[in-house]
Amino acid sequence: MTVHTLTEVENVARVLTEATSRHFGATATIEGLSRQSGGASRQTWSFDALVNGERHDLILRRDPPTLGKTERERAVAIDRATEFRVLRAAFEAGVRAPEPLFELTPQDGLGEAYVMRRIGGIAIARKLLRDAPYETARGRIARQLGEILARIHATDPATLPGLARREAADHIAELRRSLDLLGRPQPVFELALSWLDRRKPAPLDRPVLVHGDYRTGNYLVDETGVTTILDWELAHLGDPVEDLGWLCVKSWRFGAIDRPAGGFGSREELWAAYERAGGGKVDPVRAHWWEVFGTAHWGIICLNQAWKHLSGSIKSMEHASIGRRAVETEVDLLQLLKQGA
Amino acid sequence: MAQDRPTAAELLAAIADFLREEATPALDRTEPRLGFQMRVAVNSLAILEREVRLGPAADAREHERLVGLLGREATLEELNRELARQLRTGQRDETDVALMAHLEATIADKIAIANPKWR
Repeated sequence: MTVHTLTEVENVARVLTEATSRHFGATATIEGLSRQSGGASRQTWSFDALVNGERHDLILRRDPPTLGKTERERAVAIDRATEFRVLRAAFEAGVRAPEPLFELTPQDGLGEAYVMRRIGGIAIARKLLRDAPYETARGRIARQLGEILARIHATDPATLPGLARREAADHIAELRRSLDLLGRPQPVFELALSWLDRRKPAPLDRPVLVHGDYRTGNYLVDETGVTTILDWELAHLGDPVEDLGWLCVKSWRFGAIDRPAGGFGSREELWAAYERAGGGKVDPVRAHWWEVFGTAHWGIICLNQAWKHLSGSIKSMEHASIGRRAVETEVDLLQLLKQGA
Repeated sequence: MAQDRPTAAELLAAIADFLREEATPALDRTEPRLGFQMRVAVNSLAILEREVRLGPAADAREHERLVGLLGREATLEELNRELARQLRTGQRDETDVALMAHLEATIADKIAIANPKWR
């Protein structure tokens, strides 16, 4: 007996043909389907759909049904259906985010998945920071990131799906729980978390939509500047300054350490643009707190990435090697704590 | 009995050099995705080379400082566990000069192995 099984690409193409035709109400032809870089558990596929002679540049976001996520990912990341709704709310609020088009159904069999429009630009920090075509963009990015962030934070909470509210205290508890699960003593991270705990900002009366991973590498840029904000899977409700602090963590400067705003400008430039675009007044002490928090957070994420490999949930040299990057944030934490003392 | 030369560090350096200078450019031409993975591998080998060379003395220094700081003998792991506990409960904090000197020295040794160019 011969069993014919479709390759993964053929299967995804078949499902996308059906689902895209359903969405547009006309027969769609799928072209140029290719899997983009990215994790095994969170896939991004690029494709074109030809419908009635018109070409649509599209992206499939997909969590395959069979691949497990770590406990921590399940605890902090939103599912694809929620991400679709967050994206819709942000897009309709005028945020430069990809336009979400339609969701796939469980019967489609691709796992949690949706389709959105594909936007031009690149996310690779090394190129953005150094290559000639991005010279003009480089001078604009810090300001644009401030403006876009003000829009994100202004998204009407009534238009959002149910999102976890995460304040400073919740974040600290989550990172301590994470260290306990990893099981190795980490004096510098413990020091930083206690420092943060003693100084934590009070919760806001009205929490806002926080992107949760607003940093260089997670937005696209073309020759004119920032085109779109990606990677919304850590969206939650909380303190808007969290996003401003995270963007300034030294790990996202990719060597341009004298330009804290993602490697492209000063904190003051970023904050001024944010305030001009309608964001609240930025308190520098609060921003410093979130930058210290973000530094500890990234360090502990590094340890967790290595753990994914070590625990056997995925086999990846790349993940394993990220564990050795945690010490970079320990260096930065000791410096930051000295400044803030 | 000691192994013949190359030492572990010398052998790791030789492998890293070969992969960096010969294998990576070939991969970049044919399989760019693997070329990227190879850079990660080469970088990890360089970490191991430094760890073999610098790690034992760094561990010994860390252990000696911890014994002084905590006033008792135990394994490196046990002493770090005790220090981590004291830091979480707030028994010690960043105002402790001896603590901060110990952490600075420990992290300086760690980054010298993991990524000496980090600043």
